[in-house]
Amino acid sequence: MNKNNGKIVSVNGNMISVEFEGDILQNEVAFAVCGDKKLKAEVIKIEGNIAFLQVFEYTKGIKVGAEVAFSGNMLSVQLGPGLLGQVYDGLQNPLPELAKEFGYFLPVGIERSAIDMKKKWTFNPIAKKGEKVKAGNVLGYVKEGLFKHNIMVPFYLQGEYEIQDIASPNDYNCEDIIAKIKDEKGKTIDLTMVFEWPVKMPIKAYDEKLSPKETMVTKQRLIDSFFPVSKGGTFCIPGPFGAGKTVLQQLISRHAQVDIVIIAACGERAGEVVETLKEFPELIDPKTGKSLMERTIIICNTSSMPVAARESSVYTGCTLAEYYRQMGLDVLLLADSTSRWAQAMREISGRLEEIPGEEAFPAYLESRIAQFYERAGVVKLLNGEKGSLTIGGTVSPAGGNFEEPVTQATLKVVGAFLGLSRDRANARKFPSIDPLESWSRYKSFINEEIAEDAKNIMVKGDGVDQMMKVVGEEGTSMDDFIVYLKAEFIDSVYLQQNGFDSVDAASSSQRQEYVFAKLYKDILKKEFSFKEKEDARTFFYSLRQAFINWNYKEMGSDLFKTQEKKIDDLLQEKGK
Amino acid sequence: MKKVCTKIVNIVGNVLTVQAEGVAYEELAEVSTSMGRSLAQVIRLDKDRVYLQAFQGSRGISTGDEVKFLGHPMQVGFSSNLLGRIFNGSGEPIDGGPAITENLIEIGGPSPNPATRVIPSQMIRTNIPMIDVFNTLVESQKLPIFSSSGEPYNELLARIALQAEVDMIILGGIGLKYDQYIYFKETLEEGGALSRTIFFMHTASDPIVEGLMVPDMCLAVAENFALQGKRVLVLLSDMTNFADALKEIAITMEQVPSNRGYPGDLYSQLAARYEKAVDFDGAGSITILAVTTMPGDDVTHPVPDNTGYITEGQFYLKGGRIEPFGSLSRLKQQVNKDTREDHRAIMDGMLQLYAQYNETEEKRAMGFRMSQWDQKLLKYGQLFEKTMMDLKVNISLEKALDEGWQILAQCFEPEQTSFRSELINKFWPKAK
Repeated sequence: MNKNNGKIVSVNGNMISVEFEGDILQNEVAFAVCGDKKLKAEVIKIEGNIAFLQVFEYTKGIKVGAEVAFSGNMLSVQLGPGLLGQVYDGLQNPLPELAKEFGYFLPVGIERSAIDMKKKWTFNPIAKKGEKVKAGNVLGYVKEGLFKHNIMVPFYLQGEYEIQDIASPNDYNCEDIIAKIKDEKGKTIDLTMVFEWPVKMPIKAYDEKLSPKETMVTKQRLIDSFFPVSKGGTFCIPGPFGAGKTVLQQLISRHAQVDIVIIAACGERAGEVVETLKEFPELIDPKTGKSLMERTIIICNTSSMPVAARESSVYTGCTLAEYYRQMGLDVLLLADSTSRWAQAMREISGRLEEIPGEEAFPAYLESRIAQFYERAGVVKLLNGEKGSLTIGGTVSPAGGNFEEPVTQATLKVVGAFLGLSRDRANARKFPSIDPLESWSRYKSFINEEIAEDAKNIMVKGDGVDQMMKVVGEEGTSMDDFIVYLKAEFIDSVYLQQNGFDSVDAASSSQRQEYVFAKLYKDILKKEFSFKEKEDARTFFYSLRQAFINWNYKEMGSDLFKTQEKKIDDLLQEKGK
Repeated sequence: MKKVCTKIVNIVGNVLTVQAEGVAYEELAEVSTSMGRSLAQVIRLDKDRVYLQAFQGSRGISTGDEVKFLGHPMQVGFSSNLLGRIFNGSGEPIDGGPAITENLIEIGGPSPNPATRVIPSQMIRTNIPMIDVFNTLVESQKLPIFSSSGEPYNELLARIALQAEVDMIILGGIGLKYDQYIYFKETLEEGGALSRTIFFMHTASDPIVEGLMVPDMCLAVAENFALQGKRVLVLLSDMTNFADALKEIAITMEQVPSNRGYPGDLYSQLAARYEKAVDFDGAGSITILAVTTMPGDDVTHPVPDNTGYITEGQFYLKGGRIEPFGSLSRLKQQVNKDTREDHRAIMDGMLQLYAQYNETEEKRAMGFRMSQWDQKLLKYGQLFEKTMMDLKVNISLEKALDEGWQILAQCFEPEQTSFRSELINKFWPKAK
C-alpha cells in the first residue's frame, strides 16, 4: 500500500483533521509534525478528502498546514518473546526504558520498541521442513521465564504455506530469521520470532471457541463460593469511589489461579500503578515460587496521560492477552477502569460532533463494550490444546449510580456482576461486594443448592434487620432474631476477608469447600434455642470470634486444628 | 517575528475568533484594547480561523483591536524570588513588586513517568488531630476538602499552610472572594509564613476564565521546586470554580455537554492537575490539598464525584469539623505504622466507639431507654468531639494519642474496649 501525506486543516483538542490525497485506511496510524517532533495519531473518521485523527499526545504547539505522514498500517502491537514482566504505556512503549532515557517526565513524540530485539532466546523447532502450516501453527518454542513461549506462524498470513527452512536449535535474537515459508504461488516469506498485529482486531487463529466451564479460583471466598467466574468468562466490578475496586482487583491479580495476568490500568491514579510496580517484583507466587512480576504484564495509561492512548490501552492489553492464550495458557485481563475508556470514547465522539446518546456517550458505546468483552473465551487451538482468556473490568459509575450507561451496557454482556456497595465499604466490610445484588452465571465448586440456601438466609436476615429498625429488638421474635444473627455470621466469618493478612487474604478452593461445609452443616442448618436475645447474641459473637481466628490459621497446621476444636467445643457446649 | 492581526471576526462569550495563519495550538496572544492589554490563548484552529480564549473576558474588546501572537504557550517565571510574592491569574504581580521575566517555564507540561515515582512514605504533620491521627496526610498525596459553601474551609487551609511541615507553600485562589484573599494574606503574614509562600490569586471579581490558568501555574512552579528537592504543598481553593470555568468555555465552544452541562473531559481535565502530585525518586515532592465545594451539599454532583475518583481520599468538612466517617486518606497505611505503636489502634478503636456513640445518640433522640453502657458512650462521644474533632484543637500527634487514652480512661474500663492487652498495659492511664 502506498504511503500518503496530508496537511492539517484544523485542530480541536486532541483531534486534528487532515486533508489528504490517494487512499488511506480506517484506523491507520499517521504521524503529525509538530516543531521537531512527530506525534502519533490514528484515523478515526474519513469524510471525502478530509480525515479525522485522534492524536496520542498533547497537541500543544501543533499548527494548521503542518505535514502528516500516513504509515499504511493500522495501530498494532509487537508480539514475541520478552513481553512478560514489562510495563508499557497504552501504545506499548516500555516505561522503564523511557525513564532511563528521558528522566522524570514522559517525552512527547517518542517511540521505543516494545521488545528487546537484541536479546537472545534459545529456539527449539517443532515444525519440520516440508510441513504445511497456516496462521497460528506452532513453528517452535523458546523458554520465557516460567512458560514455553510458542513461536507461531504470524496471524495475519492467510492461506496455507509450506515450510522451506526452519532454524536448528540454537540461540537467536528477535531480528534473526528462524523460518522461511512459501505461499501457494511460490513466494518465500522470512519469519522472525516477532510480528505485529492490529490491536482492534480479535485474534482468531484457533479452531473453535468453547463455552467457559471450569471455575477460575480467585481465592476470594465471596467470589468463588457465591459469585464465581469461569476461565474464559467475563465479569465486572462496578462501584463508587472509595468502595475498594482497586484493592479487590489487586487481590485478584495476585491470587487468581491463572498462568498470566495482564493489568490494564486505564485512566486511573498513577499511585496505584506504582504500588503494583514496586510490590509485584517482591511478591512470590506460591504456585511457582517465582516473583509475581514474571507472570504479569502491566499496561499503564494513568489519568494524566493523553486520552486517546487511554482508549487504545485496553485493546493493547487485550491483544497481548489473546497472544498468550494462543499458546494454550490461561490468561486473565483486568481493566481498571472501563469507565475511563468509555469517557475517552465520549471525548473523541464529542470532538467529532457526533449525535450524542445518553449522558453524551456515543451511540456505539454498547457495541464497543460488547465487542471488547466478547474477546474473552476458552478456545480450542489448532494443535488441540485449550487456552482461555478471562476479562474483568471495573466500572466507575458517576455518583455511584448503577443506572448509568457504562454499567448498564457492561451488565448486558458480562457473565458475572460483582457490585460494590458504599455502605459495606463505609462499615469496613471488605471485600465490599454486595451479596444481595450481585450475580453470576457461572458454576462454582461449591454445591449450588447449599450456596443458594445460604444466600436465602442472608436475604431473610436482611429482611429481619430492616424490620428491626422499625420495631426494635423487643418486637422481633426469637426465630427471626436467630436468622438475623446467622446472616450476620455468614457475612462476618465467610464473606468478609482480610486482604492484608497473609493467610486470610487467599483462601484455596479446598479450604473454601471444607469451611463452607462446616459452616453450613454445623451452624446454618442447626436449630438453636435461647432464652434471651442477649444470650443468643453473646453465643454468636463468641462463635464469630473463634471462627475469625480460625480464618487466620494456615489450613492443615496444628493451630488450625486446635482452633477448629475450639469452635466444635463451643457448639457442643451449646448443644447440651 | 510576531504575527499581528487587526480584525476580530467573532466575539462570542469570552471566545474571540480571528483570521491568521501559522498559529500554533495553545499559543498565547496579546489583545490590545482601549482598556489596556490582556492575554488570550488559542483553544481551537480551523483552517485560517483561530479561536482565542480571552483571559480578561471579552467585555470592551472592539472588532478592530489588535491581536498579537506571542509565538509561545503560557509561561510563568520561575526563581526563588517568587517566594513571598503575589500574582494574579495571568501571572502578573499584584503586590506592587516587579514582574518575574527571567527563567520562564511552560505550564501544563508532560506527565511524570509512572516508572519514576516512588511509593509515598513521609507523613506531613499538621497538628490537627482529625488529620494527623485519623486520616494522616502523606507527602505526594492529592486530597480534596469536600465542603458545602459556608464551611470554614479557607480557615482550615490557612491553618494547614501555617503549620504543615513542608519546605514551601503555593496557594492558588480560583474565584476566591476578595475578603478571603485578604484573610489568607494577613493570616500567613501574622504567622510568619509569608516568606515561604507563593500566591496565585484569582478573585471572584476577576473574569472567570482567568482562573483556569491558576492550577497550572501553581503546579508548574511547584514541579520545578520539587525537582530541586523541595517538599512543596499546593493549596487550591476552590476547584469547583475551576470546573465551572471549564463548563463556561465548553458551552461557548458548542461542545456537547455530558453531565449537568459539564464537558465530557472534566475527569481528564481535573486528573491532569491532580496527578501532578508526585514524589520524585531522588528529588522533592508535590502534595495537593484542594477545596471542592459541593453544590447543594451533594457528593454525587459531577465535580466532587469526578474528583473523588481521581484523588487519594477526601476530607469532608461538615458542621465546622472534619467528619471522621466520610473522610479517608488512602495513603495513611503507608505511614501510620511507623509513627507510634498505638497509632493504628487508637485510630480504629476510637472511631469504632464513636460510631457506636452515633447509634446511641440516634436511639436517644428517638426516645429509647439509655442503658449504663449507653451513658458511657454518650459521655465518650461528647469528649471525643471536644478534644479531637474541634478544628481549634492544635496539638501534636503524640499529644493527641495521649489525649485519646485519657478520654478512653475517663469513660471506660480497659476490658470494655477492644485494644490489645500489651497496648493497654503500656498506655492506659494508671488510676491516681
